[in-house]
Amino acid sequence: MIDTPYILQAKNLTKIYGENVIFKDISLDVHKGETIVIIGPSGTGKSTLLRCLNLLTPVNSGQIFLEGEEITAHGVDHDQVRQKIGMVFQNFLLFNHLTALGNVMIGLTKVKKMPPEKAKQKALHELERVGLADRAHHYPAQLSGGQQQRVAIARALAMDPLVMLFDEPTSALDPELIGEVLGVMEQLAHEHMTMLVVTHEMGFAREVADRIIFMEKGSIVEQGSPEDLFERPQHARTREFLGKISELYGKKEKK
Amino acid sequence: MISFFEFFVRFLPDLLSGMGMTLLLTAEGVLAGFILGLAATLARTYGGNFWRNLAIGYIELFRGTPLLVQVFLLYYGLPGLGITLSREWSAFLALGLNSGAYQAEYLRGSILAIGEGQMLAARAIGMSKWKAVFYIILPQALRLAIPAWANEPVSLLKATSVVFLIAVPELMTRAKLIASRTYDPISSYLAVAVLYLVLVYLVDATMKWLERRTRLPGFSAVGER
Repeated sequence: MIDTPYILQAKNLTKIYGENVIFKDISLDVHKGETIVIIGPSGTGKSTLLRCLNLLTPVNSGQIFLEGEEITAHGVDHDQVRQKIGMVFQNFLLFNHLTALGNVMIGLTKVKKMPPEKAKQKALHELERVGLADRAHHYPAQLSGGQQQRVAIARALAMDPLVMLFDEPTSALDPELIGEVLGVMEQLAHEHMTMLVVTHEMGFAREVADRIIFMEKGSIVEQGSPEDLFERPQHARTREFLGKISELYGKKEKK
Repeated sequence: MISFFEFFVRFLPDLLSGMGMTLLLTAEGVLAGFILGLAATLARTYGGNFWRNLAIGYIELFRGTPLLVQVFLLYYGLPGLGITLSREWSAFLALGLNSGAYQAEYLRGSILAIGEGQMLAARAIGMSKWKAVFYIILPQALRLAIPAWANEPVSLLKATSVVFLIAVPELMTRAKLIASRTYDPISSYLAVAVLYLVLVYLVDATMKWLERRTRLPGFSAVGER
């Protein structure tokens, strides 16, 4: 188990839309450098949880702490907090009017007020990290889905976040493009980036995650190391879900 | 036909000075309308309740009443409130306010089409709402709005002709004067129609150029022509 200090903590988070309880009483401690993969059936509040963690969606109750500071407290500047929490979306959401370089640069120049020349250097470095330095001057519409998602990762990394949240980063990709995105994420995990990943990629979960969380119907059912969850799941529901998922995603995952 | 040509040439200097006023009114109206329309649509889309309602009220009021009524109210009505505007200012103000209401609707459509995703992505890297609007949403929404918005300068150009009713010396007013002086309304109005046609063509060409200039690589769904 990882025993670095906590970087992100959630205490008793509850999110309700009208009559719908999205998730209830979720608590989560994320250690520095830890890679956590959140799995579970769709509609169980995994994506909403991520959006609540970086304050894109307000929670109804509960507290969130970033490096020990409560970010759900009154008077906290949400824009400041979001700079420190990177987010990657299922459908990339690159800024369509900007080149790959422009996408990575704009947060640096407009949010961090970095001088353009310095921002450009940093942005190029981040694009290099995701293997796309040669696509710097391409517009999103000129890039493949996999490339777009890697630019989106570079855009988030450029802000030097404490934590990276990935919301099903490969679900919108053609199968042959998934590998390049997972490769970048795996490399980030090796560099000890703290990551929370919602995904259905069980191969990635098994090989890269330090901890896997199984969520269902708005609650954390079970969590533990990949070995524990895949080999010795404690709950019938976890077993059932993992069984279904590995059937769906083929036998190649088993190797 | 020859006599029309002679007529046209003879009164061209007179008509051209009216054309200058027509172009000036159009340009001022489009520009003022753009600023007003942009402000109104931002207030409506991103503002609080007060600003949203104010914007909706403005848009509905000016889209819901004829331009001529607005011109008359500004020119003949405002003096009753102690505000007296010149003919030109009344015309300019009415055209700007009227066009702003229409431009607000063109812009709103394209802002909605950009979608919440872009806003979400901008907020996720720590941008404030208004930074996201100016650096992310508007650069895309304005491009998207151009093809539909391009109708506005053309339609406003033609709409300026109603201000001849408060005797602003623009194209239509000149034509009316020439018609009554020469007792040849057909040639006068034919001449003015030709000039409007030329102006519309020029404005159209400018809009097409603008559309090409701002097109994003990879977004050529329209196809090259």
